Amino acid sequence: MSNPPSNPTSDPSSNPAPSPRPRPGDDPPDSPSSVGHTTARSIELATAEHPLQLDGGGVIGPVVVEYETYGTLSDARDNAVLIAHALSGDAHVAGWDRNAHVAGRGYRGKHPGWWDAMVGPGKAIDTNRYFVICSNVLGGCYGTTGPSSINPATGKPFGLSFPLVTVGDWVRVQAVLLDALGIEKLHAVVGGSLGGQQALEWALAYPDRVERSIVLAASPRLSSQGLAFNAVGREAIMNDPGFANGDYHGNGGPNHGLAVARMMAHITYLSEEGMHEKFGRRRRASAPGGGFGVEFEVESYLTYQGRAFVERFDANSYLYITRAMDYYDAADRWGAGDLVAACGRIESKVMVVSFSSDWLYTPAQCREFAVAMCRAGKPITYVDVPSCYGHDAFLIETAPVGRLLRHFLAGEAP
Amino acid sequence: MNPVDSLDRSRRLLAQLAPSFSSMDDSALAALLAPEAAPHDPAERWQDAIIESILPRGASVLDLGCGDGKLLARLIESKSVRGQGIELDADAVFACVARDVPALQSDLNAGLRGFADGGFDYVILEETLQTLARPVEVLHEMLRVGRRGIVSFPNFGHWRVRLDLALRGRMPITDRLPHRWHDTPNIHLFTLADFRHWADERNVRIVEGHVLGDAGVRPLADGDDLFAREVLVMVGGEDA
Repeated sequence: MSNPPSNPTSDPSSNPAPSPRPRPGDDPPDSPSSVGHTTARSIELATAEHPLQLDGGGVIGPVVVEYETYGTLSDARDNAVLIAHALSGDAHVAGWDRNAHVAGRGYRGKHPGWWDAMVGPGKAIDTNRYFVICSNVLGGCYGTTGPSSINPATGKPFGLSFPLVTVGDWVRVQAVLLDALGIEKLHAVVGGSLGGQQALEWALAYPDRVERSIVLAASPRLSSQGLAFNAVGREAIMNDPGFANGDYHGNGGPNHGLAVARMMAHITYLSEEGMHEKFGRRRRASAPGGGFGVEFEVESYLTYQGRAFVERFDANSYLYITRAMDYYDAADRWGAGDLVAACGRIESKVMVVSFSSDWLYTPAQCREFAVAMCRAGKPITYVDVPSCYGHDAFLIETAPVGRLLRHFLAGEAP
Repeated sequence: MNPVDSLDRSRRLLAQLAPSFSSMDDSALAALLAPEAAPHDPAERWQDAIIESILPRGASVLDLGCGDGKLLARLIESKSVRGQGIELDADAVFACVARDVPALQSDLNAGLRGFADGGFDYVILEETLQTLARPVEVLHEMLRVGRRGIVSFPNFGHWRVRLDLALRGRMPITDRLPHRWHDTPNIHLFTLADFRHWADERNVRIVEGHVLGDAGVRPLADGDDLFAREVLVMVGGEDA
C-alpha cells in the first residue's frame, strides 16, 4: 500500500542557500554505524467499515500509516523501542531514504533521517539491540492519512474537512500499529518536543504496555507563550490569499503564510544566546543594504528555513498538528486537572530531560512534571542539560542525550 | 615552638576541655596529635553501612544531595527501598542514570517545593547540610517531606578542630575537613552541640545516633560534642 504525500513539489536542491544548521558527521549509508538505505512501509490500520475512533468524538477510516523500522524484533518480542517524532518530523528517523526522489521528499537526499545521530548499529538507540519503530502522525503529510489525503467520500483532498486530531489519537494509532506488528509491550518509547508529549501520553494511556518513557524537551502541556506562537503561525497561514479555506491542493497553497509560520516557530527553537553566537548582527556580504531586503545573516537563515519548509510540508497538516500540540494537557486528560493524580497512573520508568536555554518547554516546566512524579510516589529521572541551543538542543546535543538514552535504555525493567 | 612546648600547651588546653587528656602520657598524646592517616576511605563513606543497617526493607527513601547514587543503588539492591535521589550536579545525575538510580536534578537551596508532606519514610542528607545556603530551611523541609530524617555532618566541635583553631589561630584543616577557608564547599560549619540546640528548639527528637570517633565508628555517646569527628543522627518530629 502506498500513500504518496501530496505536498508542494518544487525541488529543494534548486535553492542555493546551504543548510546553516549544524549537521556534524552525517553518517554515509555505507558507514558501519548507519542503518543504511531505508524504505518506509505503509499499513492500513482502519477502514471505512472499521474506522478509528477519535478523541474529538468523530471517526476516520480508512487510516493508512507510514512507518519505518530498524533492527530485528527479538523472539520474545521484548526489544521494541518506539520513537515519536516532533511537529515537522516524519517516520524517517535514520539512514538514507531510497525514495528521496519522491515529490516533497527531496530533503532526504541531502541528509540521513532526523535522528540518525542517535539511531543505528552501536549508537545510543542501538539497532543491534533494539527493534526501532517510528510512524508518521495522523494528520501529518509524510505518508500517514492527513488533510492532504484523498477523502474517499468526495474523491478530493480532505483539507479542513479532516477531523481534529489529538496527541491521544496519535498514541492510539501507534498502539494499533504495534498490535499489527505483534508487539504487546514496548521496551521504551522516546520522543522530543511534541514527540516527548507522545512518550508521556504513552506512559499515561498504556501504563502496562511500556517499560520506559523518555521525554525530551517536553512538559505535560504547552505554556501560554507557546500557545501564542502557534496561534500567530496559524494566522499567517490562514490569512495567506493562497489558503482558500484549506482547499488549495494542486493550486500552490499558502506558501508565504507557511514560510512565515515556520520562520517564527524557528525563533522559538533557538535561544537568544544561540542566535547571537550563530548570527550576531552580521550582514551578508552580497546584501545591497539600505532597504528592506534580506540583509542580516539571521534574516537570511530564517528566510531559508521558511522556504525549505514550504517545499516539504503541508500547510493544513501544520494547522492540525499545532492544534494537537495546543490541546494536549496530560493533567486534564488523565487527572481531571491534577498532574499528580495523572502521574499516579504511570507504571513505566520515566526520564525527563530539559535543556537549559529552552524557552518553549522550559526546564522549570519539566522539573514541575518531575516533582509531580515524586509526589505521586513514582521514581523519576530528571536532567537539565546545559546548552545554548534552545529547544533545538534535543536534536543537537547528541553527546549528553546519547549517554542518557544509552544508560536509561539499558536499566532494569520496572 | 619546640615539640615539647607544643605538647604541653596542647595538654593544658585539652585538659580544660576534658580531664581525660591530663592523665594521658606524653607518647599517647603525641600519637593522638600526630597528623592523621585517614582511618576510612573517604569514598567508602562509613555512614552508608549504618544507613543500610538501620533502614527497614521496602522503605521509601529520598536522598538529598545523592551524588553519584552509590548509596541509593546499595539500598535498592540490599533493602529493596523505593529510592529517589535529588542532586544539583549534572555529572553526578548522569552517573545516577548509569547506575540505574532515579535522580532528579535540582538545587536543594530552592527547597523541596512541590514535594508532598510525608511523601517519604526517610529523607537522607549525608554530608551536605554544611554546604547549603539555608541549611535550617532544608532541615525543616526534610522533616516535612520525610517521616524521619537521617543527617550526617562533620562535627566542628571535635577537640582537634578546637585545638587547631586555638593553637594556630587559623581555620582548621583535618582529614574530614580538608579544605582551606577560601575553597571550602562547607559554608555553614557547625558543631554537634549546635545541632542538638537546633533539635531542642524545634522539638525534634534525635532517635538514634552514630559517630566516627578517634577509634572508629560507634554509637553516639555523652561527650561526643568533643570526641565525634563525624556524626550521623536519625531525627523525627515530636510524634516520630
